[in-house]
Amino acid sequence: MAYTVFIPTPLRPSVQNQSTVDIDGSTVGEVLSNLTSQYSELKKHLYTEEGHLRSFVNVYLNDDDIRYLDKEQTSLKPGDTISIVPSVAGGIGTASVAEPDTMPALSNQEVQRYSRHLIMPEVGMDGQRKLKAARVLCVGAGGLGSPVAMYLAAAGVGTLGLVDFDVVDYSNLQRQILHGTSDVGRSKLQSARDRLEALNSEITIETHEVALSSANALDLFKSYDIILDGTDNFPTRYLVNDACVLLGKPNAYGSIFRFEGQASVFGMPNGPCYRCLYPEPPPPGLIPSCAEGGVLGVLPGIIGTIQATEAIKLIIGVGEPLVGRFLIYDALRMKFRELKLRKDPNCKLCGTNPSITQLIDYQQFCGVTQEEPLTETSDFEITVEDLKKKVDISEDFFLLDVREPQESQICAIFGSTLIPLGELPNRLGELEGQSNLIVHCRSGVRSAKAVTLLREAGFINAKNLKGGILAWIDQIDPSLPKY
Amino acid sequence: MGSNLNPKAAKFSLLLDPLIVEDIRCHGREAYPHECCGALLGHSELVTKVLALPNTTDEGPRRRFLISPTDYQAAEAQASSQGEQLVGFYHSHPDHPARPSEHDLAHAWPVLAYVIISVRKGEPGELTSWRLKEDRSAFDEMELTIGEAGQETS
Repeated sequence: MAYTVFIPTPLRPSVQNQSTVDIDGSTVGEVLSNLTSQYSELKKHLYTEEGHLRSFVNVYLNDDDIRYLDKEQTSLKPGDTISIVPSVAGGIGTASVAEPDTMPALSNQEVQRYSRHLIMPEVGMDGQRKLKAARVLCVGAGGLGSPVAMYLAAAGVGTLGLVDFDVVDYSNLQRQILHGTSDVGRSKLQSARDRLEALNSEITIETHEVALSSANALDLFKSYDIILDGTDNFPTRYLVNDACVLLGKPNAYGSIFRFEGQASVFGMPNGPCYRCLYPEPPPPGLIPSCAEGGVLGVLPGIIGTIQATEAIKLIIGVGEPLVGRFLIYDALRMKFRELKLRKDPNCKLCGTNPSITQLIDYQQFCGVTQEEPLTETSDFEITVEDLKKKVDISEDFFLLDVREPQESQICAIFGSTLIPLGELPNRLGELEGQSNLIVHCRSGVRSAKAVTLLREAGFINAKNLKGGILAWIDQIDPSLPKY
Repeated sequence: MGSNLNPKAAKFSLLLDPLIVEDIRCHGREAYPHECCGALLGHSELVTKVLALPNTTDEGPRRRFLISPTDYQAAEAQASSQGEQLVGFYHSHPDHPARPSEHDLAHAWPVLAYVIISVRKGEPGELTSWRLKEDRSAFDEMELTIGEAGQETS
């Protein structure tokens, strides 16, 4: 059957000055092919010599770009209309024309250092000078921030900013390769600066030792060209996304958990933002952080280098950026998957009628409250000192460890019984008759959940060990290893 | 249908009001060092209105411009709602001559006028207009007349 095809102004002379024509076909591709055989003038404007639709020719089925449907194979149903819609593009030509004087020149030493870039036509002298002129900000100097900062510094990004306020801990060293054993206890930013300056003294490192917040994010971001999100929590992730969209800055995003990583580029003019994908954060506690759930040490190496690659491509202006695409990496299966992401016209931040026009309270938005709900009911919990007294006087109690088996292998309190939190509801029978239950985990969060669950199940005297085994190690038994 | 929308016409010309030229120059100055872009509406070879459009390029706005399909449709709709035509588009070349580049040629649409303004160190200069040859091999320079509107309309 015949479908109406809307013809844009520049192509109308080729179809006898009509603005619409009716063409037969069962798929978009068939209609287009019949259209160009009927009006042969159109062919060279719509298709390349290889027979592909030209990049600046957009074909819409009703309101949808067929790139997001089944492309030219998209099938048609009665009433469908097809529109050919131009993108109009152009710009300054090849680099043989003089580059604006605003790009900094390279010294002979820099030419030598970056020679493997310079001999590639895609980078060349122009690209390397763009890198030197670029200002990139990395939020977080941890797992993702380490490979990001090291590769961008090595690649010659002229100004590299880092935001962090943490101190290097032994548990960071398994993945945060900016920092070494001798840096434990130092500020992450001081440690990062030393490492990056040793790697490349030609570049400028700007350190911002602050907790990123709604109060400082816009000021911090505004002097940078690209922001790289290396954060590990939802409030900061939404904050980085929102600040980037409000300022019109690209956000090279990455996140990691256990064996899985994600990457994308948000905040580009026509691309989606993080909120187009996740309008609302997950309920607090549903998705554990790396500190709670663990992370494979090399995983940030993979995801961080993807973020750094995207930043370099954006700066030089080559290739296809990871915009509108969401990359998911599974290290266990060693697979990359790619999801198509579309800009959501109803997005509260980057949609057509945005309701978010300034930064908000992200702790509140993500349901994270600075609560200490457990302190008020002393009946609910017990300190490690009190537990030690009970041990010393051989009082009768049952110490329940609700951590995972791999955690109890690292360290355990003598005499405890292990039932992981997830298995607890089905193994309550094993606790039958225990009236004096004390529950612990690593830091006291999971065990508080366990105590609530136990009390609801009738173990009304169950108590939570405040601070978990970490507090026990700190206060009572420093011979045990901390993790 | 005026002569410049007829692809067989030998010589193409474009008539710009000085105020239209000033709009284009201002946009070029504001956007510098980035490229600016916009649509030209009017009748046949006469431009009566300038519609500044966002440069949505992903490839670095210092050297590239991109008018999104949505903005293209809006410009075309605005023209037809006012009984006008989409005559063409303009864009700036920061610190480069007002000559179409290979990139302009590769992305060009037929029939439309491509007006280019050179902006050097922030100051708008030479203004030219171009039209794609029928075989897409190159651009023809259009004859540009800057004068009061109404004198040469057909």
